[in-house]
Amino acid sequence: MFTTVSTFLTTNWLGQAILILLECLAVTVPLLVAVAYMTYVDRKVWASIQLRRGPNVVGPFGLLQPFADGLKLVLKETIIPSSANSVLFIIAPMITFVTALVAWAVVPFNDGWVIADINVGILYLFAISSLGVYGIIMGGWASNSKYPFLGSLRSAAQMVSYEVSIGFVIITVLLCVGSLNLSQVVIAQAGWFWNWFWLPLLPMFVIFFVSALAETNRTPFDLPMSEAELVAGFHTEYSAMTFGLFFLGEYANMILLSAMGAVLFLGGWMSPIPYAPFTWVPGIIWFCLKIAMLLFVFSWTKGTLPRYRYDQLMRLGWKVFLPVSLGWVVLTAAVLQFGGWVPKH
Amino acid sequence: MATLDRTARSFLLTELVSGFMLTLRYMFKPKATINYPYERSPLSPRFRGEHALRRYPNGEERCIACKLCEAICPAQAITIEAEPREDGSRRTTRYDIDMTKCIYCGFCQEACPVDAIVEGPNTEFSTETREELLYDKDKLLANGDRWEAELAANLQADAAYR
Repeated sequence: MFTTVSTFLTTNWLGQAILILLECLAVTVPLLVAVAYMTYVDRKVWASIQLRRGPNVVGPFGLLQPFADGLKLVLKETIIPSSANSVLFIIAPMITFVTALVAWAVVPFNDGWVIADINVGILYLFAISSLGVYGIIMGGWASNSKYPFLGSLRSAAQMVSYEVSIGFVIITVLLCVGSLNLSQVVIAQAGWFWNWFWLPLLPMFVIFFVSALAETNRTPFDLPMSEAELVAGFHTEYSAMTFGLFFLGEYANMILLSAMGAVLFLGGWMSPIPYAPFTWVPGIIWFCLKIAMLLFVFSWTKGTLPRYRYDQLMRLGWKVFLPVSLGWVVLTAAVLQFGGWVPKH
Repeated sequence: MATLDRTARSFLLTELVSGFMLTLRYMFKPKATINYPYERSPLSPRFRGEHALRRYPNGEERCIACKLCEAICPAQAITIEAEPREDGSRRTTRYDIDMTKCIYCGFCQEACPVDAIVEGPNTEFSTETREELLYDKDKLLANGDRWEAELAANLQADAAYR
């Protein structure tokens, strides 16, 4: 029975299609649950920082709050402004959401647990995260309203600026790994937790994390949706599920960038101490723990820092991060070359 | 040296780190908010909440229809009509408070010579329609019956100061 099912799933074209579908579901459903609970954790963390309680009424400890919020968004009416370009207006949140989801295809959850083990995994991730900005630009433009438009312009400029430094950060990691395959990146970090790239490449890790904040439009770089000046930025005109998709996409992106951080700098599925009993814990648990840790820092940052001014944001991106990361690429390359540590595959 | 110190500090992000540590410490402090519907903050006996019309212990209503409250009400939220009852005593036939107009200044209870109209400790009287906030005499007397223990205690507690 088992063998017939497995041969059907692996050899028959229909079986393969079903298998791929199941794999996608196995990633997407936990991801969406994680997104739901990320909103909850966010609110709880901000609340604790401000000595408040946070959501605690819906369900035990307010644990059902994200589902109540989701249900509210689904049940509300989707309003399309009469002056909006309705096709683009509807497509924009879908693009944000879909790009946030498809990127997960190349993320290795455990040794061999990856939907598409492609050799240009990092490039794919980089490309997809650049595509995400289209949803925001289209949403802001199609709304045909001034605040969304300004918000989307800001967002586009911001994401483009910080993608440059993320690119250099990725190049540094690639230099140390010698492969674009994300599983190889993790395997190259095998060993104790100080062997992971966060310590040897500490400045790059900091730059990566700050750029990730900027990429996901989180505080202190949440200028695209700075409430005081732009209402809600690019999604001002959105309501109900169209807004919900933007929201889900944003949080999925945050989790994605945390996963990227975990893979590139925190040793992916590796356990921090490479001996039993730590190695008995399944890799996916270590991976999720690392993502959760980075996500906590995301929330913590939002609870701590005020918003940057726009010129400060641009100065940080172009005058600090770009030269520093560029210099670090050169430095890393030089050290690898002259130290004789250039990875060979 | 000072420049070096400053540069080192700015590169090591000391300000940021100390800020983060501060918020982390706050995260584990006890909450400042109370768990509202289950815990409540204390109220002063002078607190001015929902209105009530009180009765004497024998069940007779206190209000003698002097209309001082109606006269003093700055929002003109109170409407009173009065005529003598069968036993000859002067009583209201109509005592309405428009709670949507009321500004909770407490002048009505200050003006009242017989402590009939008072503002109680109740704040939870929101309604789903506007009409429900147009209180009539029955509603106010019912409030008085419901809150009499608290109202009497509050008047008792505040009596020494007026």
